[in-house]
Amino acid sequence: MNAPHLLAVDGLGKSFDGLVANRDISFVIHAAEIVGLIGPNGAGKTTLFNCLAGFHTPTTGRITFEGHDITGSTPEAAAALGIARTFQIVRIFHSMTALENVMVGAMLRNKRVPEARRKAEAELAFVGLTHRADTQASDLTVSEQKRLEVARALATEPKLILLDEVMAGLNPTEVREASQLVHRIHQRGIASIIVEHVMEGIMPIAHRMLVLDYGAKIADGTPAEIAENPAVIAAYLGE
Amino acid sequence: MSNGPLVNPRKAMGALALLAGAAVLPLLISDPARLNFLVLILMAAQMGVAWNIVGGYAGQVSLGHAVFFGIGAYTSTMLGLSLGLSPWLGWLAGGAVAVLFALAVGWPCFRLKGHYFAMATIAVAEIVQILVTNSDFLEGAVGLSLPLDRSGPAAMVFLSKLPYYYIILGLLVVTVLVAWAIERSHIGYYFRAIKDEPEAARALGVSLTRYKLIALSVSAFLTAMGGSFYAQKEMFIDPGSVLATSISIKIALVAILGGVGTLLGPVLGAVILITIEEYSRTLFGSTGSGTDMIIYAAMIILVAVFSPSGVLGLLSDLRRHLPGGGAKPKKATKSAEIRP
Repeated sequence: MNAPHLLAVDGLGKSFDGLVANRDISFVIHAAEIVGLIGPNGAGKTTLFNCLAGFHTPTTGRITFEGHDITGSTPEAAAALGIARTFQIVRIFHSMTALENVMVGAMLRNKRVPEARRKAEAELAFVGLTHRADTQASDLTVSEQKRLEVARALATEPKLILLDEVMAGLNPTEVREASQLVHRIHQRGIASIIVEHVMEGIMPIAHRMLVLDYGAKIADGTPAEIAENPAVIAAYLGE
Repeated sequence: MSNGPLVNPRKAMGALALLAGAAVLPLLISDPARLNFLVLILMAAQMGVAWNIVGGYAGQVSLGHAVFFGIGAYTSTMLGLSLGLSPWLGWLAGGAVAVLFALAVGWPCFRLKGHYFAMATIAVAEIVQILVTNSDFLEGAVGLSLPLDRSGPAAMVFLSKLPYYYIILGLLVVTVLVAWAIERSHIGYYFRAIKDEPEAARALGVSLTRYKLIALSVSAFLTAMGGSFYAQKEMFIDPGSVLATSISIKIALVAILGGVGTLLGPVLGAVILITIEEYSRTLFGSTGSGTDMIIYAAMIILVAVFSPSGVLGLLSDLRRHLPGGGAKPKKATKSAEIRP
């Protein structure tokens, strides 16, 4: 597979009963790239995530991943191809331990329980939750639950991970840790698209930023370029 | 629980001791009515463990499991009557028919979530009950009798209750082993993931339809075997005795009462439920005139209000709250709540 880019989105649109959530969005993501996806509330960031991860079928446009057309594919097919995601509101398996949560992710590549456990232990260590492995997931703090979702997604061996507001509600120390975690994910060769409102968390680490407003892409560039972009400033501050 | 790669020796010893006790118990009882009471407990336990696979682990609450019970009873009986097929083969045939039915019905019904799925299962079971009641081929409401002239192991017809006891005990052991194997494999993890957060499970590559159908099929197969056993034991079946709504409720209640999503919870539930049922029967002298339904309703309310994770959940809660109760406080309990 010598595709020039990992993910290509071409003219993607999504509307719900006439309400347009995404319109004519195009961009590409390269391997191991860290891309921030920002925009005011209701700009269509989560809808875009849901289209990429197979949870929504786009109304128009095309999504290709490593050369495969994945437009309108299912979440399980997207996961199998190497697109993993976390959820804005955490969706952990609350009746399981932290380790078991991650094991479910690891089972995508290897159904054998002992192997899945070994892989899950490694991913828990990667996000710094080893000491919580045997704790019931519902007893973890919100910050730990968010990291657990990241570990669970990483256990599926993705090439692209979609992180939906993993820094929201964290204190400054935790934000710094989360930024470092994203950077270490990048070092593993995994690309990430990060929806984030916490600018001090995302701006220093992103290679590139995509900005959505009213469902459309209004800017695509380095964090420095984005910060100067008049359209972006207008979208955030109002005319 | 299922964390160690090896079998927990203490638990294995406990299970073996329990099994040995169950094997010896009927030899100490001479009263056929008492023995029959034990058979009823084992039957309810077997069905509860089978139901638990789909309703407990996978969290897809079926209130129509009588349909699989009835399919098992009718298939083995019809094959025996028309083709002279041995009930041992009829058992497997009944299971196979139940699996086909589960796949056909599960496909559309699993598109419904939670309470709507439960309601659909009630509807399916009611429809089948009405169809069978009006079927000339299956002798409708008159019912089917097994020929009394054949007896012995080949025909699975015995004059004593004792062989039935050992057959249903064996079937219960097989059913528990199937549930145990599922619990420890990736399938068991996937079932629990689907129950907890279906959307998150999909994001991790779990096909909801495939794994729900696996859960329902395995459960249907085992429940149908319970139905075939009932037919052999009673030598007579009709829609009221193998397809009734009360059977569906009883099957689910046994598991819910004991503890949904736990391996032996349904066994405990069966002991409690059947004991109460038998005592109320002698107390009120009723012959199924509705007291059983009143008891079921009362138990559902009690479980839902006081202990959604069943008696096993209640016990593990108590153990955790008692000082030095031996429970590891950090360890997560697997007891799951009823969340249709």
